[in-house]
Amino acid sequence: MTDLSLTSLRSLPALAWITAAAMGLALVLALIVAPEDADQGISQRIFYIHVPIALTAYFCFGLGALKALLLLWRGEERYDLESYVAIHQGTIFGALTLITGAIWAKASWGVWWTWSSNQLVLFLVLFLFYCAYFMLRFSLDDGPRRARSSAVYALFGVALIPVSFLAIRLAEDFIHPTVFTREGPQMSGSMFATFVVSWAAVTLLAYVLYRVELTGKRLDADLRELREALQ
Amino acid sequence: MTYLADVVALTRKDLRIELRGRDTLPAMLLFVVTALVIFHFAIPDAAGDDAAYGLLWVAIVFTALLGLARAWVPEQEHGVLDGLVLAPCDRSAIWLGKALATLAFLVAAQAVALPAFVLFFEPLGVAALAGVLLADIGICAVGSLLSAMAAAGRARELLLPLLFLPLAIPLVVGGVGAAVSEQAERFLLFLLLYDAVFAVLSWASFEYVVTE
Repeated sequence: MTDLSLTSLRSLPALAWITAAAMGLALVLALIVAPEDADQGISQRIFYIHVPIALTAYFCFGLGALKALLLLWRGEERYDLESYVAIHQGTIFGALTLITGAIWAKASWGVWWTWSSNQLVLFLVLFLFYCAYFMLRFSLDDGPRRARSSAVYALFGVALIPVSFLAIRLAEDFIHPTVFTREGPQMSGSMFATFVVSWAAVTLLAYVLYRVELTGKRLDADLRELREALQ
Repeated sequence: MTYLADVVALTRKDLRIELRGRDTLPAMLLFVVTALVIFHFAIPDAAGDDAAYGLLWVAIVFTALLGLARAWVPEQEHGVLDGLVLAPCDRSAIWLGKALATLAFLVAAQAVALPAFVLFFEPLGVAALAGVLLADIGICAVGSLLSAMAAAGRARELLLPLLFLPLAIPLVVGGVGAAVSEQAERFLLFLLLYDAVFAVLSWASFEYVVTE
């Protein structure tokens, strides 16, 4: 049975409340306090949500790969679930990045999708890659082999991020030159502060969701073991 | 040099099986030529020359998938993999042997497909050919590992393309770039980088995928 330490469970609701407050603060800052962007107007405000979500997705994928590496290295079973949950969160945040990116593209360029935004294309590739990760997991039988295969695939994912980024940059050369860029004027101090608060809030949110899902999955596994023991 | 001897023995085993059974290579050949014929009808005349190079890469990737899907079938059907894993050889030698055999099939298929492409569509330069060869190495390195992963799953034929295609996107970028770009060497360098990164990753991680 996995050891669910009660102290860590007790801290979770408090952490969830702090996260809710931080998210509220970030929204107020992003929607009301931060100054309007001179170029893009109100649509620029989605930046404070979109970019932190994207960074958090990268962070989750990285965390999943780190746990995968630990699993292969140390062979401890718990890393499998941790890696899976981190990648699950990363995929959710990746999907949100695609959605918010599409909304932003519609607001500022008039189209829902554009191949000239490298970050969006990269997220599409990564989203497809990590969806395949789940297909792999659900197709293999539960056990150490599944854990290790998933871990190897997760490690391929972090290698794929820079390689794909480079590939997408190179592909501009023959597909089309970049027409749109998001390199606007430098952020002002209060814009930057809003961005940092949003980033912290979204990271906290991802962490809380990670903990909640992990706890749920572990409870599930424990319950199954107890049932089997009783039968 | 026992490692090399193991790799050679494993590669020869696969080539001999293919030579006797002829299960994979004729299917790959027929598939790639049929695909090229379909492309003739799929590209409108107005699409320009470069479109053909893009479709060549679609054909190469899917032909490779066909070969990769069959790669571990002999091992699976007769329980050979368990024996190989128990054998006193480095497990990565099993991967390397399989990757080399798959590479041999793929290159053999392209020995027919590329002249057919030149005949039907556009000429291929030296850079384009180098791009094909470099991408082949990457395809076989990554594909042999993923195919072993998928072979253990319930829906292996379905699973392999899903696992492989996202990883093949950079290879397609490199290959198409080498064929159509004026700075082809950048794309060849990129393919070399891809091969190095993913070959080392696959080589190091194969053991974890096949052991119980």
